[in-house]
Amino acid sequence: MAIARNKREQMGLTGNSAVAMAMKQVNPDVFPAYPITPSTTVVEEFSSYVADGAVDTEFIAVESEHSAMSACVGAAAAGARVMTATSSQGLALMWEVLYIASGLRLPIVLCDGNRALSSPINIHCDHSDTMGARDSGWIHLYSETVQEAYDNIFQAVRIAEHPDVMLPVMVCLDGFITTHAIENVTPIGDEEAQEFVGEYKAKNSLLDTDNPVTVGAMALQEPYMVFKYQQSEAIKKAKDVVIEVGKEFEEKFGREYGLFESYRLEDAEVAVVILSSAAGTTKVAVDELRARGKKVGLLRPRLFRPLPHAEIAEALKGLKVVACLDRTDSMSGFGGPLFNDVRSVLYEVENRPLIFGRIFGLGGRDYQVKDALAVFEELLSTLETGKVDELIKYITFDPEAPLSVDGSGC
Amino acid sequence: MATLKDFAKKEELFTGGHRLCSGCGIPPIVRLVLRNYETPVVAANATGCLEVATTIYPYSAWRIPWIHSAFENTAATISGVETAYRALKKRGKIPGGDKDIKFIAFGGDGGTYDIGLQSLSGALERGHNFLYLCYDNGAYMNTGIQRSSATPFGCNTTTSPAGTVIKGKLEKRKDLTRIVVAHNVPYAAQASPHNWSDLAKKTQKAINTKGPTFLNVISPCPLGWYTKPEDSNKHARLAVESCYWPLYEVEDGVLRVTYKPKKKVSMEEWLKPQGRFKHIFKPGAEGLLEEIQSQVDEYWEKLLEFDGKPVY
Ligand SMILES: Cc1ncc(C[n+]2csc(CCOP(=O)(O)OP(=O)(O)O)c2C)c(N)n1
Repeated sequence: MAIARNKREQMGLTGNSAVAMAMKQVNPDVFPAYPITPSTTVVEEFSSYVADGAVDTEFIAVESEHSAMSACVGAAAAGARVMTATSSQGLALMWEVLYIASGLRLPIVLCDGNRALSSPINIHCDHSDTMGARDSGWIHLYSETVQEAYDNIFQAVRIAEHPDVMLPVMVCLDGFITTHAIENVTPIGDEEAQEFVGEYKAKNSLLDTDNPVTVGAMALQEPYMVFKYQQSEAIKKAKDVVIEVGKEFEEKFGREYGLFESYRLEDAEVAVVILSSAAGTTKVAVDELRARGKKVGLLRPRLFRPLPHAEIAEALKGLKVVACLDRTDSMSGFGGPLFNDVRSVLYEVENRPLIFGRIFGLGGRDYQVKDALAVFEELLSTLETGKVDELIKYITFDPEAPLSVDGSGC
Repeated sequence: MATLKDFAKKEELFTGGHRLCSGCGIPPIVRLVLRNYETPVVAANATGCLEVATTIYPYSAWRIPWIHSAFENTAATISGVETAYRALKKRGKIPGGDKDIKFIAFGGDGGTYDIGLQSLSGALERGHNFLYLCYDNGAYMNTGIQRSSATPFGCNTTTSPAGTVIKGKLEKRKDLTRIVVAHNVPYAAQASPHNWSDLAKKTQKAINTKGPTFLNVISPCPLGWYTKPEDSNKHARLAVESCYWPLYEVEDGVLRVTYKPKKKVSMEEWLKPQGRFKHIFKPGAEGLLEEIQSQVDEYWEKLLEFDGKPVY
């Protein structure tokens, strides 16, 4: 449906519909994609936009996600604005090419509906897919809500294509919880969207046949490290660009986006650090405890790669105890990636807070307000004792409970 | 049809100074193929000898836009480039203004028959406008002569070694050209660099046919075949004269054998000077040469049955 310029009427949309609509409003040049639950409907809806002439994007119905990302690389190297969507096994299959996309400094935008990785096969939400790609050189934006996922798509285009950055961006939203839930969204107008993303003009293009470029040359011992250094510098610069683009977005559309969201953190003594939709659940617990006079808060990273380490350290420095909740296990025997990163960030902080890591909600296991309250209880008791009982633990889960055949146990 | 003289006058798009081995079949193939383009052309290249030896940073042997992404995804990569061309053309955004651009993908037999087969199949099925050129040297040469599904039956490679019990590769070659033809592509052919005019004709057909087209070109490899660099052309010729590597094309579904040797050279004559087949001439490998010969004969006879006939 067409959204007129400056028309800001709320509509009810699933996360995937909102993402597909944002992609439609961007109207990229090329969209190679392969379906996978729970991001399939992004691909379906976008292909309908193509079929109905709502966009003049070239859609490539590739035969796999490996080819989806490979076609993204080819198209982006040819100077096209490129987008795709995937989840879980799809992202895993892209893995090899994710590194090539970032190494070649191609500003591709990917939307990932976060889903658990096999095995066992599971279609529901956790962050093992994108967390597995956290060191792939992509910029990672995690979205709490449908609105944020929608808004992030436009910002991702600007961040990726910024001349100081030139790196691919993945916009993550929680599988089913956000991809399939209908929430109120205030869309931006089609023209506003076009104005915001602007026209993309690639510096180098394979189609510039008068000025032939060799893309993807072999770099041996000396130049390889130079390229990696440049890439490392670029992803560091992305942090400022994320702030800058977020500010511009806020000025134009009134919604605020930074590196992370701090929720009732100013005078908090203890806090939870958590990504995406589960932050919403946790905020309810924060409010309940605040009403009871407990000094609790929350920090929800939006930008996870590059890691805004100095800013996170600054935001958490006055706290006494921090709990990091990971919706994935890095299988290092030492907790999830968020826990490890935040713990490392806090190392330099004077009188650093105590910290523990909790792994929750794997494979879509429910995380409820009561679970968040239980974490805060642990935080508050740690505040009292001044000692972390258990550094890392699985929650939303009882390891002693037997697994019943109907799946209800455990 | 251009003469060799005409070709010599054309601009060299693939320059010297690259690090492919002397006697390697790949450079003459690439140089000849690129000389057939009348329009700008953009290339994608799978990981392998051609890629590795021609773009060692900061050097590049390519005077055309060129991209290497990975080993198994060349066809998908070129499909992205070709699609970007159509998208940007529609929007009037081709750098330097609208022009006719053609697309070519290069892959070795490993990157094409094996790990890149899915990517190739997908790109053929989707009907992108490009030429895929497979240079078939019969093994993963870049990584040290490991077997591929294109490796000839009975051949010694580093992963199908001729041992005391097992005498080299026990499996027959995959017939990739036939697999490609099964995609109902408008043009597919097998060629050899020793027969430059046949290769040039086929290249021109492939370039000027709309849709996905395919050339499978045998490419001698002195290092992997254990042959003398100066004999490469001879080995390409013997591969064809022995009917191991038939020259044929399938145009709009009709198969045509483009070269029929007057007198078939025996497989023994072709294989004997190749170190990779040394073991089949030694005690313990009795019957292997006969088996190889009968496989080749059988295939050739079958192919002749289809000569001039529709295959789909
Ligand atoms: C995914 C992946 N697997 C393996 C390799 C290692 N590798 C690089 S080139 C190559 C062999 C290439 O063989 P072929 O396609 O026949 O080309 P040639 O080396 O003969 O030119 C291999 C196995 C790789 N680069 N990527």
